[in-house]
Amino acid sequence: MTGLLESVRHALGDTLFYWAFSPVIKIVLLLFVGLLPLISYLTFAERKVLGYMQARLGPNRVGPWGLLQPIADVMKLLVKEDTLPARAVKWAFILAPGLVVGPALIIFSVIPIGPRDGELGHVNWFITDVNTGLLFIVALATIGVYGLIIGGWASNNKFSLMGGLRSAAQMISYEVPQGLALVGPLMLGGTLSLVGIVEAQRDQHVWYILPQIVAFFIYLVAGVAESNRNPFDLPEAESELVAGFHTEYSGMRFALFFLGEYANMIVVSAVATTLFLGGWLPPFPHLLPGLAVIPGPIWFALKAFAFLFAYIWFRGTFPRYRFDQLMDLGWKWMIPLALLNIFFTGLIKLWVSGGFH
Amino acid sequence: MTSPFVQPFGDESLGDNLLNRSEEMELNFGPQHPSTHGVLRLKLKVDGERIIDCYPIIGYLHRGTEKLFELHPYFQNVPHTDRMDYVAAATNNLAYVGAVEKLMGLVVPPRAGYIRVLLCELQRISSHLLWLATHAIDIGAMTPFFYTFRERELILDLFEEYCGARLTLNCMRPGGMPHDLPVGWIEKCRVFVDGFLPRIDEYEGLLTENRIWKKRTVGVGVLDPQVAIDYGITGPMLRGSGIDWDMRKQMPYEVYPEMQFDVPLGKNGDTYDRYLVRMEEMRQSNRILRQCLDQIPEGPIMAKRPRVMKAVKDGEVYHGIEGPKGEIGFYIVGDGTPNPYRCHVRAPSFINLQSVPELCKGALIADLVAIIGTTDIVLGEVDR
Repeated sequence: MTGLLESVRHALGDTLFYWAFSPVIKIVLLLFVGLLPLISYLTFAERKVLGYMQARLGPNRVGPWGLLQPIADVMKLLVKEDTLPARAVKWAFILAPGLVVGPALIIFSVIPIGPRDGELGHVNWFITDVNTGLLFIVALATIGVYGLIIGGWASNNKFSLMGGLRSAAQMISYEVPQGLALVGPLMLGGTLSLVGIVEAQRDQHVWYILPQIVAFFIYLVAGVAESNRNPFDLPEAESELVAGFHTEYSGMRFALFFLGEYANMIVVSAVATTLFLGGWLPPFPHLLPGLAVIPGPIWFALKAFAFLFAYIWFRGTFPRYRFDQLMDLGWKWMIPLALLNIFFTGLIKLWVSGGFH
Repeated sequence: MTSPFVQPFGDESLGDNLLNRSEEMELNFGPQHPSTHGVLRLKLKVDGERIIDCYPIIGYLHRGTEKLFELHPYFQNVPHTDRMDYVAAATNNLAYVGAVEKLMGLVVPPRAGYIRVLLCELQRISSHLLWLATHAIDIGAMTPFFYTFRERELILDLFEEYCGARLTLNCMRPGGMPHDLPVGWIEKCRVFVDGFLPRIDEYEGLLTENRIWKKRTVGVGVLDPQVAIDYGITGPMLRGSGIDWDMRKQMPYEVYPEMQFDVPLGKNGDTYDRYLVRMEEMRQSNRILRQCLDQIPEGPIMAKRPRVMKAVKDGEVYHGIEGPKGEIGFYIVGDGTPNPYRCHVRAPSFINLQSVPELCKGALIADLVAIIGTTDIVLGEVDR
């Protein structure tokens, strides 16, 4: 693989290779080898894990151990009739699923799953390193919620509308603490670049989950709320709002919403891994230097999967919050906590750097 | 005659805080809604998520069961009762055959009485398990559903072994029982009884002290004791409000006077208390089952009865028992023929359902789902 890339680089010349060819290859690989299969198998993993938690087997009919189930599901969704409600707002109805999926997938362009060129082969293990990476993520994550609101409104269905309203309220309540929680690692790392933050964790010999434990939990909770997962799955709460914002969607458009939800789960897991768990870094570099043999991307995947498992675990455990309780939690607890966390992080940073003297 | 479809919503001048109110919306909740437990339709007037008014519309599952009773002889009517509260067929059977026995003056042999209590308490547990499963899944907790269905399956297996059916049992006859217990049934039932208590702890471990569960149920759908009495509410709904009324204690029937058990009561009358009451009721039912299994005597299972049962002319009777959902009773009038002249059912689901508009005033839509769950209605019984 590396040898092939080397020869392509030789043929194209460094400039063309680094600016055009290599990112395109990576995007294609990330999307079609990485994310889309990962998302479809995440649904499978969820059903299997939930199955074992709930004293049942999960899918086990299609293929060995049910392994072909996601493929069967995708086939079904692709060929199902794609209904358009008669009185829906057509352009918005069609636009909404794209608005959910697009941003979630674009966010992956700044997430580093491995180190820079030279540390692990002659390739950057990320698509691009934006020096405002964190802002980029927050901005794109915000757009995703518009898809829910627009989809809920455009369906011309009261349950959808309420789902859309709920997601609007949820967005307002949880973007703020999420953004504030990201400030902690940003202050410690001194950079907005995600690669930079992981490198800072390497150079400071600490994963930011330790000094930023409060921010970590706030981010985790806000992240679950952001991706509309149990116990914060209010916008689609099936027992209350039938299916919430996607009540009227079917076929591939519904599948896109579904894809967006799972892509968002992976985004939140990947960002949490990068900011708080040292991204691609192996644990205990001084105690267990041998662990460095395992390549960074595998560490990254392991950490991200731990988060994804937690997501599924939450779903198996918790009831659903009520609308107003969710807002309470966001505004009365998480935002003050996140602000305090920033304040104390600043104080400690000032103290460490001798700013009080 | 006013059609329910044009029924106005009470008073239109809704309070004086008009400035705080946004636009109101009418929302049809059901009959095809995942958490109305069947075909209940609620016409809601909502302000955002807050419910201003609620108007239940029933009848989507009406099959004219009460009329059907008049068309068949007394002993052929038992299967109709299965199909009312279809998750608690045994208690329905018992209420009906109890009424018929009262009307005919039949005395049930003791062994039959024990078998009846065994089946009814198993049925109470299975009905409560189904309630817990759906109630929890309405509130968003998915896992208890599968755990409770695992145990419910064991109960249904016991039913199947006794009478061949799992839901529509048709397991009692006026005057006694159709079959004796199969060989080995008591041992199998004992295995279930012994294994069940830890399972209740397992469900409670998932829910009782769960912060979110408490947030969703404590103080939601508070039913004032006086209001409960005024509406004629019975069963765990009534006991959740702290009123000690259990037909098994107050007007004992079959062999309940010989059983030791407690009647759990709630304090605040909210959804959480009703949850605790039903959980404890399962434990008490388990206790009754154990006593039944220990004490069950040998003997006949059917009273001496005429080949064709005819009630005396103008004989009328009401017999109510404690079903899983409340007092289920049958009012039967005989006219000297083999068929009842009239049969009316006091269906606990129907009467408890009336409290829903009262309970959900000012609640949120999410609470409404919890309230429907806590009333534990079965639409087959509401509509009959």
